Amino acid sequence: MQPPLLSRRRALAGGAGALAAAGALGPLSGCAAPATAAGPGQTVLRYWHLFGGGDGVNMQGMLDDFRAGHPDIALEASTLQWGAPYYTKLGMAGAGGRAPEVAALHLARLAGFAPGRLLDPFDLDLLAEHGVREEDFPPDIWRRGQMGGKQYAVPLDTHPFVLYYQTEICEKAGLMSGGRLKPISGADEFADALRTAKKATGQPGLVTETLGPDCITPWRLFSSFYAQTGGTVLSADGKRLALDDAKALRVLEYLARLVEEGLMVRRVDYAGSIGVFNGGKTAFHLNGEWEISTFKTTGLPFSMTRIPALFGTAATQADCHAFVLPHRKDRGGATNEAAHTLVAWMLKHSVAWAEGGHVPAYLPVLDDPAYLALKPQSEYRTVIDDVALDEPAWFAGSASRLWIELGAVFSGVLTGSRSPRNALTEAKARLRKLLDTRNPLPGASS
Amino acid sequence: MTSTTAAAPTPVAKSAGHAAGRPARGVRRKWTEHGLVFIAPFFLVYAMFLIWPLISGLGMSLTSENITGSGGEFVGLDNYAEAVRDPEVWSSLWNTVWFTVLSTVPLVVVGLVLALLAHQLQVVQWLWRLSWFAPFLLPSGVVCLLFLNMILPSDFGLADQMLAAVGLTPEIGWLTDERYAMLSIVATTVWWTVGFNFLLYLAALQAIPAHLYEAAELDGAGAWNRLLHITLPMLRRTTGLVVVLQVLASLKIFDQVYIMTGGGPDESTRPILQYVYQQGFTGYRIGYASAVSYIFFALILTVSLVQPLLSRRRAEEAAK
Repeated sequence: MQPPLLSRRRALAGGAGALAAAGALGPLSGCAAPATAAGPGQTVLRYWHLFGGGDGVNMQGMLDDFRAGHPDIALEASTLQWGAPYYTKLGMAGAGGRAPEVAALHLARLAGFAPGRLLDPFDLDLLAEHGVREEDFPPDIWRRGQMGGKQYAVPLDTHPFVLYYQTEICEKAGLMSGGRLKPISGADEFADALRTAKKATGQPGLVTETLGPDCITPWRLFSSFYAQTGGTVLSADGKRLALDDAKALRVLEYLARLVEEGLMVRRVDYAGSIGVFNGGKTAFHLNGEWEISTFKTTGLPFSMTRIPALFGTAATQADCHAFVLPHRKDRGGATNEAAHTLVAWMLKHSVAWAEGGHVPAYLPVLDDPAYLALKPQSEYRTVIDDVALDEPAWFAGSASRLWIELGAVFSGVLTGSRSPRNALTEAKARLRKLLDTRNPLPGASS
Repeated sequence: MTSTTAAAPTPVAKSAGHAAGRPARGVRRKWTEHGLVFIAPFFLVYAMFLIWPLISGLGMSLTSENITGSGGEFVGLDNYAEAVRDPEVWSSLWNTVWFTVLSTVPLVVVGLVLALLAHQLQVVQWLWRLSWFAPFLLPSGVVCLLFLNMILPSDFGLADQMLAAVGLTPEIGWLTDERYAMLSIVATTVWWTVGFNFLLYLAALQAIPAHLYEAAELDGAGAWNRLLHITLPMLRRTTGLVVVLQVLASLKIFDQVYIMTGGGPDESTRPILQYVYQQGFTGYRIGYASAVSYIFFALILTVSLVQPLLSRRRAEEAAK
């Protein structure tokens, strides 16, 4: 047993407090998170998240509202860089047992995040006191937050891959009826729609990220269409390879055909794909729903819909933002209660979050007239029943090894540097390698 | 150094007699003791941040250590065995070597040419020196973002605009096409770091005694012969140094690729250090990442040990 020491953080905070009191930190206070100093009787609640851009603006707005309604909680929110840097930092903080009281996490990463060691479970009674219960969520998504019978993640939203369309071009190409895109079903019909759109503009009908730094859209494309065939990449427990060669090849060959025929822009990075669609050059854009804020800001005439069922069912790739309680040695008491308060409050007020395109996971919000009035956000809300999350494996989920590695492999199919068959072989080899690798963060419950 | 440290101090008069300004033995011994005190802080930092991490990294490469620094078990040479069988280790190692080959040649040659030019151009020499060295002063992030956002984008980038100005519209995906991505990164690196080699060459050029050139001129040697028979041979040592430093610097490529292509397209530019980063920080496998690092370390060590040996042999042959 070690005697309790004055923690470095506390010592620094004390020092900073003294300096701030002396006015020496005056010019710096603009950079610090708001409300850094807890007033008398206030509970300090630290919250880490990875929401930048339009999501960041929405999140800040919600946090400000929360602060206004909870004068007893001194909320310190930190926005960290999305992706691997965020998860590295969160993992290390949890390992030291001095993590923030509450944090955001992608649900599909939960299995790799060592529930029980890096994360603490939620107190469901405490959540229920704030009016948040299991039955308020889609069962599948709620269950994904569980490990070993405990609830380690509470989902905030689902963010699926969706189809954006430029209404003026689609109108011109005769693809619209009644102000909406005519239903498309089947791979051939979708290719036909792209051909018609190409005739109208002289440009490829579809644009989506095919390459670039941290390029994962090719994985999302594959994952969406492959899920539509009914296939899964891994077994349900995430322990075995379950990739079906014939189904995967059908999808990859279709994607390769779209680019070869000039129906889809071949070489474009993420920012470029946004630029091309925003510039009114292509009729369709495949991406996560979160870019809605970008296109609304630029005043592009566009709408969004679910990805059509090209290979059977209308499944689509998705992940969920969720709240977690990173591991703290001293979890409990007023700070833990404040963390539960924040989580419940955010869920109940997730209409504001839905403005950024995300489909709220808290079901009562889906029937809220304020949400239904959000267009085109509420147009694709039914997708929440058909989302394909990665199977639970330590290497899966947003910004994971799986996404980055398979993203690179499938990018080769779109840019023409790999044949579909070569990509399939390579993808399987990499998946086998990941499966053979022991979970580097084995949790207490996995 | 004196072997008889306890010997009586040499008479001051004698020592002052044979070399003015050179300290007497006793004084020098004191300086050695003081010297130890002076280098102690540096040595401490060196031990803490270089020697200790080297040892602990080697230890880590024998375990299944994860990023949280707990739960690692001793696995012997398993990580090394896995790395040797890992095709991605080899492909990213090859990318690193290929980048080194592609970048070292222009960095040495262009550095030399710029130095010769600046040495010749006596007018506003400070301007040439400044303009060729200035990019080296910029942080890598600034340079990469400059090329990524202003020079290399398709259509509106400076590179495409310049080609368009001479009537060419090749629509090259400078960073998005496997055929050009590595070359674009090499070009960026050359522009950014050539100033360092330029400076080394310029200093060496200025150290060549003028009377050699005068003598050669009297003998009727033209500019070309003077370059070939005086300048280049006199620069041989500098060239050796520049090549070694350049090879080592190029092998350590990371920033430019990480910022500009992220290793893509289809991992065609991913260097070994980025693979180490991916294994360690995205995949949480610190033990395995350490093993891959040590394989790379062995490569760098070999290069830095073999090159001086080769150049010494060359120098001995030349002396015969």
